[in-house]
Amino acid sequence: MKLFYKCTAAITAILLIALVSGCARLNDGVILAGSTSVQPFAEILAEEYYLLHPEKIVDVQGGGSSAGISAAQSGTADIGMSSRRLKENESALWSVEIAKDSLAIIVHPQNPVNDLTMEQLRDIYSGKIGNWSELGGHDAKIHIIAREAGSGTRSSFTDMVMGDVRISPKALIQNSNGAIRLLVADDQNAVGFISSGILDHTVKPVSLDGVLPTGENIVSGDYKLFRPFLFVCQAEPTGETKAFIDFTLSSHGQRILAGEGLIPVAKGVIEP
Amino acid sequence: MDKNMKAKPRIGDKAAKAVIWTAALLVIAVLVCIILYVLAKGLPVISWSFLTEVPRNMGREGGVASTIVSTLLVTFTAIVIATPLGIGTAFYLAEYTKEGIITRIIRFSAESLAGIPSIVYGLFGFVFFVEILGMGWSVLSGGLTLAIMILPTVIRTSEEAIITVPKSYREVSFSLGGTKWQTIFRAVFPSAIRGITNGVILSVGRCVAETAAVYLTLGSTLRMPTSLFSPGRSMAVHFYLLASEDISMENAYGTAALLIILIFLINVVANTAVNRMIAKNAKR
Amino acid sequence: MIKFKEKLSGRIFFALALSSISVLALITVFIVVKGAPMLGAVGGLSWDPEYGEFGIIPMVIGTLAVTLGAAVIGVPVGICCAIFLAEFAPLKMRNIFRPAIQLLAGIPSVVYGFWGLMFIVPFIRDHLGGAGLSILAGSVVLAIMILPTIISISEVALLSLPPHYKTGSLALGLTHWQTIYHLMLPAAKSGIMAAVILGIGRAVGETMAVILVLGNAVAIPDSILSSVRTLTTSIGIEMGYAEGMHQEALFATGIVLFVMIMIINSLAQYVVRKK
Repeated sequence: MKLFYKCTAAITAILLIALVSGCARLNDGVILAGSTSVQPFAEILAEEYYLLHPEKIVDVQGGGSSAGISAAQSGTADIGMSSRRLKENESALWSVEIAKDSLAIIVHPQNPVNDLTMEQLRDIYSGKIGNWSELGGHDAKIHIIAREAGSGTRSSFTDMVMGDVRISPKALIQNSNGAIRLLVADDQNAVGFISSGILDHTVKPVSLDGVLPTGENIVSGDYKLFRPFLFVCQAEPTGETKAFIDFTLSSHGQRILAGEGLIPVAKGVIEP
Repeated sequence: MDKNMKAKPRIGDKAAKAVIWTAALLVIAVLVCIILYVLAKGLPVISWSFLTEVPRNMGREGGVASTIVSTLLVTFTAIVIATPLGIGTAFYLAEYTKEGIITRIIRFSAESLAGIPSIVYGLFGFVFFVEILGMGWSVLSGGLTLAIMILPTVIRTSEEAIITVPKSYREVSFSLGGTKWQTIFRAVFPSAIRGITNGVILSVGRCVAETAAVYLTLGSTLRMPTSLFSPGRSMAVHFYLLASEDISMENAYGTAALLIILIFLINVVANTAVNRMIAKNAKR
Repeated sequence: MIKFKEKLSGRIFFALALSSISVLALITVFIVVKGAPMLGAVGGLSWDPEYGEFGIIPMVIGTLAVTLGAAVIGVPVGICCAIFLAEFAPLKMRNIFRPAIQLLAGIPSVVYGFWGLMFIVPFIRDHLGGAGLSILAGSVVLAIMILPTIISISEVALLSLPPHYKTGSLALGLTHWQTIYHLMLPAAKSGIMAAVILGIGRAVGETMAVILVLGNAVAIPDSILSSVRTLTTSIGIEMGYAEGMHQEALFATGIVLFVMIMIINSLAQYVVRKK
């Protein structure tokens, strides 16, 4: 019985605290939020930043590009992370590109197809080419795997490969790099696109118009398929926030990102 | 004729028994398969340092200490809020109101809300607690969001447990001069306790296992939470991020295995507590 | 003093009920307000947010197919398990089985998803054909996920029956199974239905697990080996990156989902009351 009153009192207290605290943001330090694809890299940056400035707190939250941009707009976060370009209605925000991430087209290692042209790739994803035999492979139906509408990976793929042609509604949709790689590694007839940072021996990248997504080709700009990673702020950043962005864009920060397989925006950071 | 009457039910009995045993064994097999799969992949990773260190290098190195603390904090907050609210509502619906349109609407919407995907609760929590109330990503935002998410389940299971308590219990209590209050707490509550805790344990499991709603409201920072207002990353979110962005499958399964062990411990403790309580009541 | 307590307790219960109901109302309003503007635009057959098409009919079909599949597999197995636990299982087995079932409820759905992706999807691809990502795969994973809900709630419903039901019936010469089938199941009907409804509700609402195994193609399925997208996976998969009209369309999807669940619930309640 007493327990019951105690619980009631506890809830009331918690709700009161919640209401009182409602007015102030309690966390000082820099808060980043947004795209799951950018998040791991931001975490590494934050860790390195902490080693340099142990007194400064940097919190990295996820939530997706839209949640991140919305949080930056409302001031809940200092920096929004986005893996897609800003939409027209978001263009009032301040943004900076911190790196590029290249996309690899992957197939099963035993798939005999090694090279695709942009046009073939477009025809595969629009559903015009439906069988591997049309591309010199086995006689089997192609299982196309794409990312979800709205994701930075998909919109970059649409911009750079599809143009005005639509991705077939029969395309299988997965919402993470890891899942797509797992599926392609398992299915001889599948094709997908993932961030080239997570390529490994379980899948085979195909060359695009004869160019493979190797480190050299990516840095030199010969490989054409990539997406931008953005930091977004409510307005021109100042203070702690600016310090962290400056660190990200410094040669130190850029070298960290390059070490993780991203294409740095600052020139001359790494030798090809 | 007489013989037939007796023979048939026996065959039926045997057939039914066979079907039921098969179903149970099938479920056990699946259960073992899933749990073994996760444990086999995850246990080798678990070590003392995995338990006590904070994740480093995106979670590829270090341990999961901060995610364990975040998970416990956010689940505890959610349960502390949702349990009294849910059980109170259930008692109100079952004991204080006459069955009518209003109770039916409430029950109906509670059941319907149980089917809304958790990411919608997450977005609600994100907009309402994180942004509008300005609590930011925090244990509190996460706990409140989870509390709302499990409320329908707690209400519905508790109410069901209360309703199934035989009327005679109440009648005896009243006839002995008990007030409504005494009847509820001395007669109805003890008999309904198994059903109620069952619902609560299910909800604890859902809180611990929830990904989408927690991700949007508790946040996903790797730092150790220090108060109700700190952000954090729960173990389920850690698994999700590690596995889906393919940062480290080993550590992902290590986290999942720990999660299963954690839920197992919670269940054991809760079940023992309930059994004790029931035994105590039986003695009285 | 007693009177005061009496009044106070009534008030407290009322206050608790009122606050939970207002919270539940709040979230309902939130979904409706966010989704209402796009509700008129979701009637079409094609979903392609990049081209401003927001038809969700394929997903409605997908939701029905997957939920039905999960229910067909999960409900009978679940109820059988509950009967097993309540009536047949040896005490020792029961003491192991029950916590194990609760354990299943606490495994993150993403783990089920990856498990399904590792075992069920390749099995279907190799033995039945197609890409493996399919209605069937989703139904199996969902059926496993709703088992804990169905089993534990129905078991409690069976266990809470007064013991004289059983003793009386056995004394009258009915066999154990006849007692269960003719007396206990009907008596526990309301609890078991609640279990099934909550289970199906969970199946409809579960996102993370089926995102991985359904394939999420936005096309009308032609067999149980086709990939489909459910209303929930659509929300789960795209909400994180959606903005503007796209986001509103996803909330509108949420409203449709809510209405669908309400219809399922009313049907279930109608069935219960009719019997």
